[in-house]
Amino acid sequence: MRISVQETRDRIPQRDIILESTVRLMVPFIQLYGLYVIVHGHYSPGGGFQGGVVLGASVILFALAFGLPASKHYLSEGGDILLANAGALIYTGIATLCALLGGMFLDYSALAKILPIDPISWRSHGIFLVEVGVGMGVMAIMVSIYWDMASAGRLDEGL
Amino acid sequence: MKPLALLATLITGALLLYGTADFAAWGDPQSPPNSNISVRYVEQAVKETHVPNIVTAVLGDYRGYDTMFELVVIYSAGMAVMGILRRRED
Amino acid sequence: METILDHVIAKYNYWIYVVLMMIGFYAMIGKRNLVKKLLGMNIFQTAIILFFISSGAKKGGSIPILDKYAALQGQVDVNQVVNPLPHVLMLTAIVVGVSVTGVALAVMLRIYRKYGTLEEDEILHKIENE
Repeated sequence: MRISVQETRDRIPQRDIILESTVRLMVPFIQLYGLYVIVHGHYSPGGGFQGGVVLGASVILFALAFGLPASKHYLSEGGDILLANAGALIYTGIATLCALLGGMFLDYSALAKILPIDPISWRSHGIFLVEVGVGMGVMAIMVSIYWDMASAGRLDEGL
Repeated sequence: MKPLALLATLITGALLLYGTADFAAWGDPQSPPNSNISVRYVEQAVKETHVPNIVTAVLGDYRGYDTMFELVVIYSAGMAVMGILRRRED
Repeated sequence: METILDHVIAKYNYWIYVVLMMIGFYAMIGKRNLVKKLLGMNIFQTAIILFFISSGAKKGGSIPILDKYAALQGQVDVNQVVNPLPHVLMLTAIVVGVSVTGVALAVMLRIYRKYGTLEEDEILHKIENE
């Protein structure tokens, strides 16, 4: 039997107390773990892409349990696009800054002209900064793709 | 249509299996992928970048260009989905 | 001259990945539903990623995360460390695969909105009779 899209929109979603309490308990810990994976990319498997996906998954879990308008209240639409742009701009901004300060493009040791630390340590810190940018961008895009596809473009209610 | 697809799949599979005769054995330390530039990466990465995780050092520093365009690819995928699915409120 | 059995025992991982690749390939060209074709593409991509990563394995090697102070002082034995380069390249490949899947599903939503079906022969029929 075929169900029309209008029928699925007319159904009133019911609140489930077990689902809500469990998800409300889990989401901060998932975000903490995602942040841990991003920051410990130097010493254990992980890095920007992996941590960004875990962070995005936490917001998607929140949207699945509480409804799409509630997750838009949690992370607004404008804030989401701001995060995505900021992530991409941090990466290219640091790369261009290295080129403007005299080194080659993406040569982190040229950043020693701003803060006088050992150039080899600047390579390690430069990798960390760009991984933060990558993590932010990936999280924002995962959430945005979910919002667009779950509500077929309208962003009013979803799965 | 389906028998034709099955035939094409079997012929391609046979050609690929014939091509695996040239590959190095599984786990060989002297195979061509393991011998040219990854030797330099493994030996020099910690001295040059002070990062113990070689995968992150190669991804963020030696191949940083690829990672930057990777981020651009996923950003443009998000924009493409937005452009395909959203409609103006007419 | 090595026999076929020597070939199979030394390289059986490549044979498994070729079988997985062919399963994905058949799904891409032999099925009629669009979602099944997309799933076939994902299986194909997974097989390619596994193939690349297995080409960098070394017998008796451990993961490419070294002890920082030991590596700064002494030499690093290359034969004890698994090749890190395929891992790096496959991270990029996985992210590209996710992006392509996302855009393909969005296009499928638009096709369903316009034609009401996701079977390719019905869609071709409706396009020809417009």
